[in-house]
Amino acid sequence: MTVNGMTFKIGGEAGQGVESTGRGFAKALVRGGLHVFALQDYHSRIRGGHNFYQIRVAEHDLYSHDERVHLLLALTKVAIDEHLPEIVPHGGVIYDPALSVDEADLAARSVQAFPVPLEQIAVDEGGSKVMANTAAIGAAAGLTGYDMDVISGVIRDNFGKKGQEVVDANLTVASAARRFVEQEFPDALPFKLKKIEASPRMLISGNEALSLGALMAGCRFVAGYPMTPGSPILEWFSVRSKQWGVVTKHTEDELAAVNMVIGAAQMGVRAMTPTSGGGFALMVEGMGLAGLCEVPIVIVNVQRPGPATGLATRHEQGDLLFVIYATQGEFPRIVLAPGTIEQCFEAGWRAFNLAEKYQTPALIVSDAFLAHSPRALGMDAFDLAVPIDRGALLSEEELDKLAARYKRHLDTASGVSPRALPGHPNAVYSSASDEHDEYGQICEDAVVRIQQDEKRMRKLEAARADLEAPLRYGPPDADLTFLTWGSTVGPVRMAVDLLNEQGQSANVVQIMDVWPLPVDRVTAALQGAKRLIGVEQNHAGQLATLVRAYTGIKVDGLVRKYDGRPMSPEYILDQLKGVV
Amino acid sequence: MVDAKDYASPVRPTWCTGCGNFGIWNALKNALADAGLAPHEVMLISGIGCGSKLPDYTTANGFLTLHGRTLAVATGARLANHGLKVICTHGDGDGYGEGGNHFVSAVRRNIGIVDIVQNNRVYGLTKGQYSPTSPHGFVTRTSPQGAIEQTFNPLAVAVAAGGTFISRGWSGDIKHLSWLMTEALGHRGYALVDVLQPCVTFNRRYSYDWLRPRVYKVQDEDVYDPGDKAAAFAKAQEWGERIPIGILYRTEDQPAYEEMVPALESGPLVRQPLHAKPLEEYQVLKQEYL
Repeated sequence: MTVNGMTFKIGGEAGQGVESTGRGFAKALVRGGLHVFALQDYHSRIRGGHNFYQIRVAEHDLYSHDERVHLLLALTKVAIDEHLPEIVPHGGVIYDPALSVDEADLAARSVQAFPVPLEQIAVDEGGSKVMANTAAIGAAAGLTGYDMDVISGVIRDNFGKKGQEVVDANLTVASAARRFVEQEFPDALPFKLKKIEASPRMLISGNEALSLGALMAGCRFVAGYPMTPGSPILEWFSVRSKQWGVVTKHTEDELAAVNMVIGAAQMGVRAMTPTSGGGFALMVEGMGLAGLCEVPIVIVNVQRPGPATGLATRHEQGDLLFVIYATQGEFPRIVLAPGTIEQCFEAGWRAFNLAEKYQTPALIVSDAFLAHSPRALGMDAFDLAVPIDRGALLSEEELDKLAARYKRHLDTASGVSPRALPGHPNAVYSSASDEHDEYGQICEDAVVRIQQDEKRMRKLEAARADLEAPLRYGPPDADLTFLTWGSTVGPVRMAVDLLNEQGQSANVVQIMDVWPLPVDRVTAALQGAKRLIGVEQNHAGQLATLVRAYTGIKVDGLVRKYDGRPMSPEYILDQLKGVV
Repeated sequence: MVDAKDYASPVRPTWCTGCGNFGIWNALKNALADAGLAPHEVMLISGIGCGSKLPDYTTANGFLTLHGRTLAVATGARLANHGLKVICTHGDGDGYGEGGNHFVSAVRRNIGIVDIVQNNRVYGLTKGQYSPTSPHGFVTRTSPQGAIEQTFNPLAVAVAAGGTFISRGWSGDIKHLSWLMTEALGHRGYALVDVLQPCVTFNRRYSYDWLRPRVYKVQDEDVYDPGDKAAAFAKAQEWGERIPIGILYRTEDQPAYEEMVPALESGPLVRQPLHAKPLEEYQVLKQEYL
């Protein structure tokens, strides 16, 4: 019997409540002191299709899902067909007998059948078919022996708004389903869940953590056009805008979004636009305006597979080089690529400080896997009192003392010009998207062009020295070093753990601050690597290309994936055989 | 006391001699002075085109942005600091062509911006191609057999989209245009000031001599009611021998967008601290995830 080491998976059609049921159960596990990592998979449709929500549970921190499933809740027959091969021997499937499942198929794989009349229980005990999912949670709790008080607590929270009657009905349904499985399948499942003593933990996703980080940085303006998987950030701010004083704008298109953010940032407000690759493509010209006019904006690209519409609800890391190089002309920009939920929070606030310090666009590159895979985190994972650095921003007192005509684009040694916000009588200026002189006036003079170009590009070198070294996970002198970025670091960390448990020696180097690439620090982190394997969720090996271009260090092999589904630790180990 | 000269700049315009932009520029400076607005209290935002260079020639806060994105940048600026008077100056290609979606959205939104569209019915800075407001059949370098599309009617579109201040001026009557802009500056929400202006180099067909005898002031007609939306829509269709100028439609009953945004109730966003509440109150945001 295994306690607190399993994966529970829910599969069904869009509209059947796969996500809400999954999130509810995951929350109940976190409240019981357990670590969870939840993986979501859904199609770009409102009804039908096949979606799943997969919850891996352990007593230690988890950075990714894996491929073994111990208990499947199948809301459709398709869910069984799809996921039966993933179920471990002695694992089981909960399903409504109405699905007419052939138990022999399950038995052939040593998988147990747990037919539970979910709808019948819901109707008999609660009076409504929609409570079948609550019955399913009760059944899962019964089979795993999980503590009912935690499940009941989540039901109370989830249905509290609908009134006591609805809460009571759901509690009755959950208990009835639990009793049913305890009677019908006593001690059948050898995978158990048990609450443990632990400090309270949050169940939070990358998009949520990034939003929280940005809010704590003082982001007061968020404009965006809905695009999966970036829109949850716009929604996060929209529902909190009144309470926390944030202006949010669902714009007519992404062109408007980035340009509104530029307008707001030019006036002095910390402003951000979240999007995905397709929306970012539309924002490229605007980003150049912010680069040339030295406006500190933050753009978040939550990547999905492209090009064009690509795989709308799925995962890829195909935009790294695009985000770094997208522009006509040249200007400095900063690109952060968080890989964990904690790093999402951190990137969320750091981007604003870097944007204002260097008066230039700062970008955060996240991805679908990171965006909506919630993980359990301790309350101390985020310190909400984040450092604030507004850079060379002239105070009201400094502006009062200005005697000479203000130069918005003053040529300085650092390249950063002291910034006045529009509105002070001593610093009336105009900024032009044409090349301009130090005052901001349109100027085509060759000498001025060189001066302003070099001034802007000096900021890139200063930022390079300011960015953080790559992060290492695993022992320092390993025989095998993985090089990765973004959310892929999660499954790679789990793969590193597995290799080290098997007596091999592996580590992973993750580059979070990708641009301007901190070349010296990246070189230092990689030059001792005995065997270097790039792991990326794209076709070309974009980070490996970047690292080779700037450090000369070449990977010995690449593990790649570009089918829209995130890597698992098993996939990485399996692919490793082919490249080593 | 603000004087129009306060807006003078040492930078000399690159506009052609006789360009309609001079009239628009002078009318704007008059209107700003009449409204008692000093250069540091206004934000002139433009896009790309001959007319969009206006902020570069004017002593005032200014931002020359991208072609077509004028209204989007201005909307962000207004929401970030509604303590400043935000004024857009851009052409018909910028405002109605490349920026068409932003135009319709700004009208619907009723955002507090004075939008001066320098409508010369041709692309000037790129040397003479047809624009959204060029007449059907207009022959240019990119329409050698004549423009096939129907002419874009900004005033009718603004009426249809729910505009609250819809007006037309013309650059040959600076006194009337100054008055019109002063009225627009006093409007609560989005104010469209479409200004007919000759392009003396690339659009000789719609010259001062063609326009002057045709324009008439709707405010001179005793019977015209600018509160009547149907009448405004009808007036917006009038074109040819008689071309109406003045305020075609106006209502002050509809709040500006920024008046409806809860976060702006306590003053301009940029004047507010980075955090709306004491830091310790933000801890509750973590509790949401327990």
